Amino acid sequence: MAFVKSLRKIPFTARIGFFIILLNVAVSLLAPVISPYGETAIVNDVWMPSSEKNWMGTDQLGRDVFTRMLYGARNTISIAFITTLLSFTTGITFGFIAATLGGWLDQLLSRIVDILMAFPTLIFALMVLSLVGTSVPVLIIVIALLDSTRVYRLSRAVAMDIEVMEFVEAARLRGERTWWLMRHEILPNAMPPLVAEFGLRFCFVFLFIASLSFLGLGIQPPTADWGGMVRENAGAITFGILTPLWPAAAIAFLTVGVNLVVDWILHIASGLKD
Amino acid sequence: MKDIHIEGFSDEKWMPIVKGISLHLDRGEVLGLIGESGAGKSTLGLAAMRYTRQGCRIASGSIVFDGMELFDASEEVLREIRGVRISYVAQSAAASFNPAHRLIKQYAETPVQHGLMHFSEARKNAVDIYRRLLLPDPEHIGYRYPHQVSGGQLQRAMVAMAMACRPDIIVFDEPTTALDVTTQIEVLAAIKQITRQFNAAAIYITHDLAVVAQLADRIMVLRYGDLVEEGKTREMLAQPKEEYTRQLLAVRSIREDRDLSGSEDDVVLEVRNVSASYTGKDRVLDDINLKVRRSRTVALVGESGSGKSTLARVITGLLPPFEGKIFYEGKEFSPDLKSRDRESLRRLQMIYQMPDTALNPKQKIRKIIGRPLDFYFGMGHEERDKRIRELLEMIELRPRKYIDRYATELSGGEKQRICIARALAAKPDVIICDEVTSALDQLVAKGILKLLQDLQNQLQVSYLFITHDLATVKAISDEIVVMLQGRIVEQGRKRDILTPPHHEYTELLLSSVPEMDPDWLDHLLKKREAEGKGYHGVSEGRPS
Repeated sequence: MAFVKSLRKIPFTARIGFFIILLNVAVSLLAPVISPYGETAIVNDVWMPSSEKNWMGTDQLGRDVFTRMLYGARNTISIAFITTLLSFTTGITFGFIAATLGGWLDQLLSRIVDILMAFPTLIFALMVLSLVGTSVPVLIIVIALLDSTRVYRLSRAVAMDIEVMEFVEAARLRGERTWWLMRHEILPNAMPPLVAEFGLRFCFVFLFIASLSFLGLGIQPPTADWGGMVRENAGAITFGILTPLWPAAAIAFLTVGVNLVVDWILHIASGLKD
Repeated sequence: MKDIHIEGFSDEKWMPIVKGISLHLDRGEVLGLIGESGAGKSTLGLAAMRYTRQGCRIASGSIVFDGMELFDASEEVLREIRGVRISYVAQSAAASFNPAHRLIKQYAETPVQHGLMHFSEARKNAVDIYRRLLLPDPEHIGYRYPHQVSGGQLQRAMVAMAMACRPDIIVFDEPTTALDVTTQIEVLAAIKQITRQFNAAAIYITHDLAVVAQLADRIMVLRYGDLVEEGKTREMLAQPKEEYTRQLLAVRSIREDRDLSGSEDDVVLEVRNVSASYTGKDRVLDDINLKVRRSRTVALVGESGSGKSTLARVITGLLPPFEGKIFYEGKEFSPDLKSRDRESLRRLQMIYQMPDTALNPKQKIRKIIGRPLDFYFGMGHEERDKRIRELLEMIELRPRKYIDRYATELSGGEKQRICIARALAAKPDVIICDEVTSALDQLVAKGILKLLQDLQNQLQVSYLFITHDLATVKAISDEIVVMLQGRIVEQGRKRDILTPPHHEYTELLLSSVPEMDPDWLDHLLKKREAEGKGYHGVSEGRPS
């Protein structure tokens, strides 16, 4: 009952955000069912405009853009989601460990993170990917590692605030282990800022993958992904053909949607009333 | 002020906070507003300036100041009056001063901004007022930053600031609540002096009847936004009409001196020659020796900074001492928390000052109390549930109503009871109570103290009771330990400590506790002056 009541209180903008996210999730889950053609099937001439047969026209190889948009959603969103999840698990774990144990361990972890953060992320990722070679697992691990540094920073700061509270001291005096402190005393109280950050970081990862794909080091063709589709079709824009705008718009659309929801969560977390 | 209604916005509704209270204040009169938290006294005090905190509004009523109606006055008119003719002194001076500016600059801000005087003139005035408030070195103290003066001095500097424009009315909002008893006297004396000298009217808001008795000509008792009783100070203290006022007035029951001979050798906890320090250099604790006997209450008394809480940290193992040992039933306790076994942790529990931060806001009562049961005794689900209900009964909270609530949904007193239950769940021998009642209202605190006593009689548990409040000490202790600057200056049975002759410092502490006698402050100050101790006694020598 209370849940339904709180849902009713969601502001209009956040509802739009939820709608956009749900739409994207549904589309990526149902891609094989809805899409009229196969992911890599060549069905028509190159760069055809929108028509009844190809709703969004065709791309530089004559593949159906609408079909590739659906599959692209599937690939890009799932990889971004897994990456964000991974970066949060590592970031939060190490951040909390640093905050609760402190001392030399905190120093060591923080300095490692400082070093990682000193490199511009894009350049660091380009370097590693061109050394190791691009594959989806490598992509996920590299981005997750780079991103977890920011999560580490945030969760360490949040945990340090909570760590000095007396209920944590009480648990410590009881003799609780570090893991229990992190899981039961600190994590529940650190959730609001972390959830908001999750949304934001998801957007960044998503954009990051898109830009890596655009540079040719992200998800490799013929697998469809939005960033890659923009790159592959970028040349079309000079001929006045709008094909690359479809995936670009989709990227912007999802980013805005996630941000609308994040804004709302941040608003709740800050404890402000309207 | 006539028939004031003030409402606050919560849960999308306007809820009444002050329900139609009228008050009037003559020139030079001091009115005491007294009540527990949530009584609406601060809200009413601010309303005298036609001001409300965010989320509140004055719904109806009339505020007439010197013939002027303020209720529907424009912001400009109000700006002319606020700070100039009506000023405000907040509870926490430390939080109200801007740490980045010198005191004198903040003093001069209001008069200079309002164009009443130039800075040089304001500076001269400030020195004069600092002198009247008996601040040390009045010529130069204004050039210090807020963190460079002591708490009592800062509060007096705040009073000086309020006096800067020679206002007609000053609203004092609990100006001494955050201070030690010996410092409280300085501020009270200063306020009394200044209101007399400038013939200013004042509204003095507090929850402590003994404090208001020293200052106010008239007292209004508030409860839940309603007026309970109003009367002349002397009359009200002599003959309170309402039951609620009588309760507030009632001196807390003093524990009978019990026969303690039987348990003399039954020492549960012993602290032997302990010295401790945070930095390794300055000793916060110096050669502390202390015994806690079974089912007795040892009160640890001292002002802030005397090392009471540090001693608690040492005993619990959070801060290993660099000298000395802690014994538990004759066996040595490991100095470091990490190397103590679960059994010894269980026997020593702690209750904190602030129940708000001592309970995890994301856990239900069931988990808060249930965790120690699971952790120390490995109780199964059903057994645990039964025990939680028993514990809730013990602390006089209805299990069915409370077991599935979050701590944030409870009042301060209820939260503190939950903290007690959490400590009891471990079946401890000793409970360290760190200022457990100082964040609570008088009547609620009384309930907690009574509960602690009942539990002691029932369970034979010992308390190490840390407090700065001597009324609490008188009410519940068997033995008293007085601390000053990390050393124990006096210790012994309660009767021996509380009957003269006292140690000099104990004497100072005892005599500084306000009594329910309107003449108490004047008498005390005269006496101290006659003894040549300076008007705030030994504390003048304390480092600030």
